[in-house]
Amino acid sequence: MVRISVNVDGVRHEDDVEPRLLLVHWLRDSLGKGGTPIGCDTSNCGTCTVLIDGRSAKSCSVLAVQADGTRVTTIQGLANGEWHPVQTAFRECHGLQCGYCTPGMVLAAVDLLSENPTPTEQEIREGLEGNLCRCTGYQNIVKSVQAAAAAMAEGAER
Amino acid sequence: MTETVERATAIGSPVRRKEDAHLLTGATQWTDNLTVGGELHMEILRSPVAHARVARLDVSAALQRPGVVAAFGAAELGDLNGKIPCVWPVTDDIVMPDFPALATDEVRHVGDCVAVVLATSRYAAADALDAIDVDYDELPAVVDMEAALASGSPLVHGAAGTNKCYTATLTGGDYAAAKAKADVVVSRRFVQQRLIPSPMEPRAVIASPLGATGEITLWSSTQIPHIVRVLLSLTTGIPENKLRIIAPDVGGGFGSKLQYYREELLATVIANKLGRPVRWTESRSENTVATHHGRDQIQDIEICAKSDGTILGLKVDLLANMGAYLQIITPGIPLLGMFMYNAIYKMEALDFRCTGVFTTTTPTDAYRGAGRPEATYAIERIVDELAAELGREPLELRKQNWIRHEEFPFTTIAGLTYDSGNYEAATDRAVELFGYDALRAEQAKRRADNDPVQLGIGISTYTEMCGLAPSRVLASLKYVAGGWESCTIRVLPLGKVELITGTSPHGQGHETSWSQIASDYLGIPVEDIEVVHGDTGRAPYGMDTYGSRSLAVGGQAIKRAAEKVVDKARVIAAHQMEANPDDLEFVDGAFRVKGDPEKSTTIQAVAFEAFSAHNLPDGMDPTLSGEATVDPADFSFPHGTHLCAVEVDTETGLVRIRSYVAVDDIGRTINPMIVEGQVHGGIVQGIGQALFEGAVYDSNGQLLTASLADYLLPSAADLPNLVTDRTETPSTTHPLGTKGVGEAGTIASTPAVMNAVVDALRPLGVTDVLMPASPQNVWRAIQAAQGGAA
Repeated sequence: MVRISVNVDGVRHEDDVEPRLLLVHWLRDSLGKGGTPIGCDTSNCGTCTVLIDGRSAKSCSVLAVQADGTRVTTIQGLANGEWHPVQTAFRECHGLQCGYCTPGMVLAAVDLLSENPTPTEQEIREGLEGNLCRCTGYQNIVKSVQAAAAAMAEGAER
Repeated sequence: MTETVERATAIGSPVRRKEDAHLLTGATQWTDNLTVGGELHMEILRSPVAHARVARLDVSAALQRPGVVAAFGAAELGDLNGKIPCVWPVTDDIVMPDFPALATDEVRHVGDCVAVVLATSRYAAADALDAIDVDYDELPAVVDMEAALASGSPLVHGAAGTNKCYTATLTGGDYAAAKAKADVVVSRRFVQQRLIPSPMEPRAVIASPLGATGEITLWSSTQIPHIVRVLLSLTTGIPENKLRIIAPDVGGGFGSKLQYYREELLATVIANKLGRPVRWTESRSENTVATHHGRDQIQDIEICAKSDGTILGLKVDLLANMGAYLQIITPGIPLLGMFMYNAIYKMEALDFRCTGVFTTTTPTDAYRGAGRPEATYAIERIVDELAAELGREPLELRKQNWIRHEEFPFTTIAGLTYDSGNYEAATDRAVELFGYDALRAEQAKRRADNDPVQLGIGISTYTEMCGLAPSRVLASLKYVAGGWESCTIRVLPLGKVELITGTSPHGQGHETSWSQIASDYLGIPVEDIEVVHGDTGRAPYGMDTYGSRSLAVGGQAIKRAAEKVVDKARVIAAHQMEANPDDLEFVDGAFRVKGDPEKSTTIQAVAFEAFSAHNLPDGMDPTLSGEATVDPADFSFPHGTHLCAVEVDTETGLVRIRSYVAVDDIGRTINPMIVEGQVHGGIVQGIGQALFEGAVYDSNGQLLTASLADYLLPSAADLPNLVTDRTETPSTTHPLGTKGVGEAGTIASTPAVMNAVVDALRPLGVTDVLMPASPQNVWRAIQAAQGGAA
């Protein structure tokens, strides 16, 4: 067992974990963070995406021990009093149906917009290539990210 | 329908979804998120080979592993090893082999269940699978359908004596006579490749026998909790009134969770035996072999016509891959397309024949569209081939042969009566949005210039039958169950509403759309209506969600239940206001005495009166609720025109969708935002079949596409921005005027894309391209047409 200390959604957690334990399993099974689902076992689908120190990462491809000393943000910690503009935009633009890919999509979009606040449609499509959705055909996801970018730009101006 | 003032939430408004808040904040109840305390984790030892005799199976060493509480093979499970039933014996002489939950003697596909381990943690259970001692005496795999039917083929089920499951036929008119009159006969072989449905949430179950009354609760990521209860009871002997099935948040289904699975049976009987909750969560790699697949047909299609383009008849000869066993409606899937091969066209003869074939592969069953995408693909592709043969513009040939809007209702050669439609209107709109003529002009220029990147235009003028289904029709097709749907509306004492539906959504937004319908009829705000679904304990009657049926059938039940509530409330209101019920008008949730505007009461106030029951008409039952179970009068027949332009690089075979226009007619819409989302997703799943997806088995029956690293789902970067619009021709057989929309996009889009790909390459002599139209398959088609070695 290895001792780790990770800040998850603003709360510091210390735990003894098996070295082989995946971060996503630690989040889900040890911390009860069910908002981060698992969709595959080959790091293709992106449903388990979280932010590690602000950058998106597929938590099925990270060992819990590798997250030692980091700040992890899951979908459950993204809203800070009020919803993040990306969350609001997904609802407004119907960017989700079953919702299973949504946490990963939202967090990937947050990271994308932090790197590129004014992405083109093609840049959004390419930026979300690592996150699969089977319901929406991506069309309203792209629209949601465009709407979030506009809202965030407006918010920054104010 | 009450006369309502315009409200932002009225039927036809893009109300933002009630479902979204919890999904966007991670407050989700996926089955794997739930804990009941003290559960055992189940892991399954699956066959690594396609076909073998299980010579030896010893689970005892697994019991020595840390954390392991129990392990079972078929022998240890004994009588509890139930069999998965097929509820659609499509012919009298269908071969229906035993399908035990754990293999008893032979394994018949990679992923077949051999043994299970129950342990105190996920990792401990997975580790212990290694300790199970099993010897397989390999038997020959049976992968190719035509080889499977050849004499001397190894058998999937030796006792059956054949790999043929059934042959079903449908005849309309006299095909031989039609063909004799024909000037042109065009034949093609189309291959519907096998697809892996791949909802983003793999399956999961938790079975808990800890109910206070001896009840067993099964949480399952399923589309069909009500049907699962019936089948679980039938196959385990546990009385149905001791079973409660809950489908909590379900992360997509697309038909793959329209199923009663081995893991549901195993978790339930083992939990019951051990007296402890049992949980199982499917990994994605398991999903690719253990959750049923879709499509997988070989279609020999022949169309005959006069030289003037009049279509005379269609001959359809299918081989349909059942896989190794029959899941609940495996044999019926290709026959759901049986009535749809003639599609929107008038013709005098249809000759349909389908043979189901067993192979040592994962069983097939419903996948979005289920039989209708295959039919639509065949007819829309062969009509394009006929147009090419005749030298006709493919859109004009369609217009010449389709049912004109003034001809509805129209009884087709397959025997269905289409109630309504307007193919002209949808096509005109699509052509306008697409810029059809300009694209044809550009295509001509690229052809003239010998441009290495050719432009292709694909047309799909589809219809489909959905809203499954009138129960008597299902009976005539030998399907065991009915097709009705149920709704109960309870107006609670303080005026809030519980709308209890038998549908079981998993992404479709029923909570929102159903609230809109009820709100319109009851005059109660959308936010005061709680939609209860997906739980046999709270929604006792239902036929669940599949086949684009939930609104088409379930919507009728909502309407009727709401009308019953209003009817009862009207009598109570009239009694209390000392008026005649006929003298009351009901507007926006209020009963008013006509001509006496001072006298009025609200439906919420009536609900309290019905609850207190202090002053009800003599003989009236207290409480305000309405229950309705509706059997639909007919299928509904959405239709539309999809147009696709592709650019095909003739040097590399790469296909890029340049533009895509869809104009669908799904009758009246409840929530256009949700409808549009369904259309987008449906189209992209059809594009997935056309360009990206395909399950591939090698000759040994190994699935080569057994993960998302190998099975190519389209990503955002692979897709164009879709242009969608609607025409609205209300259904005349459904009281709300609605049709169905869940599958329409998938049914329409695959032939639109593939017609475009073939159209681009037709000058090179290409008359068909295998799906998916990957660069490799396109390049091979070009090489074959040019006489090169492909």
